[in-house]
Parts: sequence; structure tokens; C-alpha cells
Amino acid sequence: MKAKVPAVDGLFTMDPAEPRLLGTKCRSCGTYFFPAENTCCRNPDCDEGELEEVRLSRTGTLWSYTSANYQPPAPFVAKDPFEPFAIAAVELEAEGITILGQVADGIGVDALETGMPMELVLRELYQDQDHVYFTWNWKPADDAAGGE
Amino acid sequence: MSKDVAVLGVGMHPWGKWGQSFVGYGVKAAQDALRDAGLRWRDIQFVAGGDTIRNGYPGFVAGATFAQALGWSGAKVSSSYGACATGAQAIGVARAHILAGLCDVALVVGADAAPKGFFAPTGGKRPDDPDWLRFHIQGITNPTYFGLYARRRMAVHGATQRDFAAVKVKNAKHGLHNPNARYRKEVSVEEVLGSALVADPLHLLDICATSDGGAALVLSSMDFAHKHTTDPVKIAAVSTVTPIYPNTIIEMPNLSTDSKAGVDLPELGFKESIAHDAYEEAGLGPEDMNLAEVYDLSTALELDWYEQIGICPPGDAEKLLRDGETTFGGRIPVNPSGGLASFGEAVPAQAIAQVCELTWQLRGQAEGRQVEGAKAGVTVNQGLFGHGSSVICTV
Repeated sequence: MKAKVPAVDGLFTMDPAEPRLLGTKCRSCGTYFFPAENTCCRNPDCDEGELEEVRLSRTGTLWSYTSANYQPPAPFVAKDPFEPFAIAAVELEAEGITILGQVADGIGVDALETGMPMELVLRELYQDQDHVYFTWNWKPADDAAGGE
Repeated sequence: MSKDVAVLGVGMHPWGKWGQSFVGYGVKAAQDALRDAGLRWRDIQFVAGGDTIRNGYPGFVAGATFAQALGWSGAKVSSSYGACATGAQAIGVARAHILAGLCDVALVVGADAAPKGFFAPTGGKRPDDPDWLRFHIQGITNPTYFGLYARRRMAVHGATQRDFAAVKVKNAKHGLHNPNARYRKEVSVEEVLGSALVADPLHLLDICATSDGGAALVLSSMDFAHKHTTDPVKIAAVSTVTPIYPNTIIEMPNLSTDSKAGVDLPELGFKESIAHDAYEEAGLGPEDMNLAEVYDLSTALELDWYEQIGICPPGDAEKLLRDGETTFGGRIPVNPSGGLASFGEAVPAQAIAQVCELTWQLRGQAEGRQVEGAKAGVTVNQGLFGHGSSVICTV
């Protein structure tokens, strides 16, 4: 069995059922950072912010979306043959942050609508001999099923 | 103290895919600008180069590379990089030297030899580099961002793919007679909509190509200019602003925005702040502008810029376009050069080329694409990693 590992360390948990993106939050001003900022708070009015690691919300609202109909260049590792995919920009309400990601499971732009609820899932990005590498994807939230 | 500097000379190497070194494009543009200014290379006291990151070491030290190619003359030098806003960085450095009295006359040069297809990050495994990370972990290219903005515009303002295509139709028409444009052919709405979908809702003909090209300016103090010419075009403002935290609109090459939690939003968004800063510095407003050169990386982005440079309220850009206000004979022709739609993008040359176009327009020398009676114009552009770029020229 190949080991399941994140394609890049430190960005998300590998919890298959309820994965979470990993960011940091400033204890002083309350602003968030993803990917995690560990050096200092980037709010220019916040001088002494200590940063703590936090798990970001798993669900958010679709701010906008698009598609990749042509194969992106390396360092992207494309499937062979390349399969076009949709990309979502999802706004997390509590954190006030918008995060991009591919849309999971071949769901195309026709199934997407600005404002719809989205949730975070993990999907395989590529494999080598010993590892299956994972990344995060967005997908219409379960309670968003139905409609058009 | 006046912050004006004079544009004594302008020059460009035509945009295209020429398969040569970027150095030659820059040298040709520089020689044309010197000839236009009536000066010799030996007269130049300061060279400001716009860097290119895809042409090896000479590209990272572009100022010296061009100086050596023109013949070492002892001129002082700088080399700047600000992605698509590189040209504004170089103009800003040259202008600051002139206004500080450190030199009287400077040469600004930017040139690029671009790869075919998508821009990709430079090599190596660099998870801490957002430009590497977005490609590797999500397959997100530059057109991804153009597609996201376009879809957002459709959701918020009711724009259509036909509106986007109409921008290409206009810019293709504008570029028809521009000798420096790469594409000089009329395009119909149907041709745009019939071209391959690249990043929904944008088609191949909605998105600018990557090009080779070079552009150069000879800038001088007003005192120096008055000894050489009468009524030169002036640069009245240069904006090279960065965003104000939090920048809440997703931007190349990032995977996320800043957070709105716990902080006040700035009065203006980043893109709105770019030309605003230039207007403030020039003491002018959008109502004083007779033309604009905006960065149409995609057709939909041109519509966003109409609002972000203040020539119409948010949501009115489609109407402004449909009413013909942004073409010849309208209130404010936008991209009379043909824009990136007709040129494709030659990264470090592009913001300089925008100023070349303003100069020809304000001198009345823009043959076949002249905005009649133009007295003032604005450029706007943005480089990834937080680089604003806007220049206002007057005559």
C-alpha cells in the first residue's frame, strides 16, 4: 500500500472525512493567514501580534469560479490524458478570507453558481512509486444538492 | 516645486514573435527614442532598465545590459522589476533622479523575449513561493484569475460573454493601423465566441498573448527640455502604490486573499487606488482625461478598469462600451493603441509602451488612431505580488 501524504506539508490536515486547511490567527488583532504566516502579523497597525495555528472553516460561499480547459505547465502534474477541471474561489465567513482550489470529482462550471455553499474535501493530485499525493479541493456542499 | 518631467523621445520595437534576444529589441527602441529626442546616447546621464526574468542573468540587470549594448559610456544605471508593472518602476526611478536634480536626462528601456503559451514559474521546488505553489498544488495559471474576475463580473453586474467579445472587437479595430501592433486584423464577436474556451467564461481571443517587444523613453528635467524643444509632453504623475491591508480581492499569484477579520477595510480597493494615487499627484481627475491605456490582459479586465480608473461608476462599464464612449469619437477612447489585445504582453516593456502611446497621442502623431485634440491621458497596469502602475501625461 502506498502512503497517503500531502503534496506540500503544513497546508491541511489529512483527515479524510473532515479535512481542514491550516492557517494562523493573530492573537492580538484577530486577522487570519492562509497559508500560515509564522513570522509576524501582517496587519500594519498590529505591532505585537502573536500568531497561533488554527484550523480554518470547512465550508464557505462560492465567490466566483472558472475552468482550466488547457493543461497547466509544470510544476503541475497533469493526468494523462489531461482532463479539464473547474476552479472555485470560496469565501470563508468567519475568517473573512477567500481561498482558491480545484473543484472535485469532475464537477464542471455548469453545476456551479456564485453564492452557493461549498465544502472542503481531499483528492489525489498524483502518485509516484511509494506515495499518493493529496491536495484540497472544493465541492458543492452536501446540503446544496438539488436545485439546478 | 513642479513634479513634471518631460518626455523628450519615445521609441518601440514592434511586438511579435521574432525569435531574437530581448537585448536587440531594447536597443532598437532606445535608438528610436534617442533619435526622436534629437539626442545622442552619449548625452544620456542615467539609464533605467526594466528587468525580464525569463532571459537569464542579462535580464536581471537589464539597465547595464542595455548600457553595454549601446556602448559603455559611464552613465549611471538602475535595474528594476515589478512583474507587469516593471516599466512603471523604471520610469519612477528615472523620474525621481531627475526631480531630485541627480541628473538632467535619462533613458528608460524595457524589452522581453517571451515563451509561447502559459507563463510558468521559474524552476526548482519552492513551496514557499506562491507562484510555484499555485501551479503545483492546484494547476492555477494566469487565465484562472482572469476567468474568476470575468465570472464575478457576470454575477454582480450582469455582463455577458458578448460584452467581453465586444472589447476585443473594439481593440482589434483600434490596433489596425498601429505599426508596432502584433495583430492587425479585425475580429468579430462571433469569432471571439467561436474560439476555444480557455478559462470559462473567457475564450482564446478574450485573453492576451505573450509577445516579444521593446519600448523606450528619453525623459528630462523641464529646464533641459526647454533648451531642446517647445511644448514637450510631460509626465505629471507616476503611481507605484502597493495594496493597503487587507487586500480582499484574490490576486495573482496567490491562493488566498488577506483576511477581513478584525481589521478595517481600506477606503479604496487596490485596483481603485492605483490610478487614484496618480490623479492626486497630478491634481487632475478622470474627468480631465481624453484617453486611457489600460491593461487588458483579458477583455473582461478592461471593463473592470473603466470603473477602477473612475471613468464610470461600478456596473456601468458595459454601457459605456456599448455607447461607443471608449472608442474614437467617444468621451474617452480606451486603448487607442489596440491594447494588449493587439500587442500581446511583453512584460517589462508594456508600461513603457503605454507611455509611448500617450506621447504620440498628445503630440498628435498617432497616425490612423489619433484621439483628436487630446491634452491629457492616463495609463494603468498592475504587476503581480502587489505592484500598482499608473502614469498621467499632459501637454
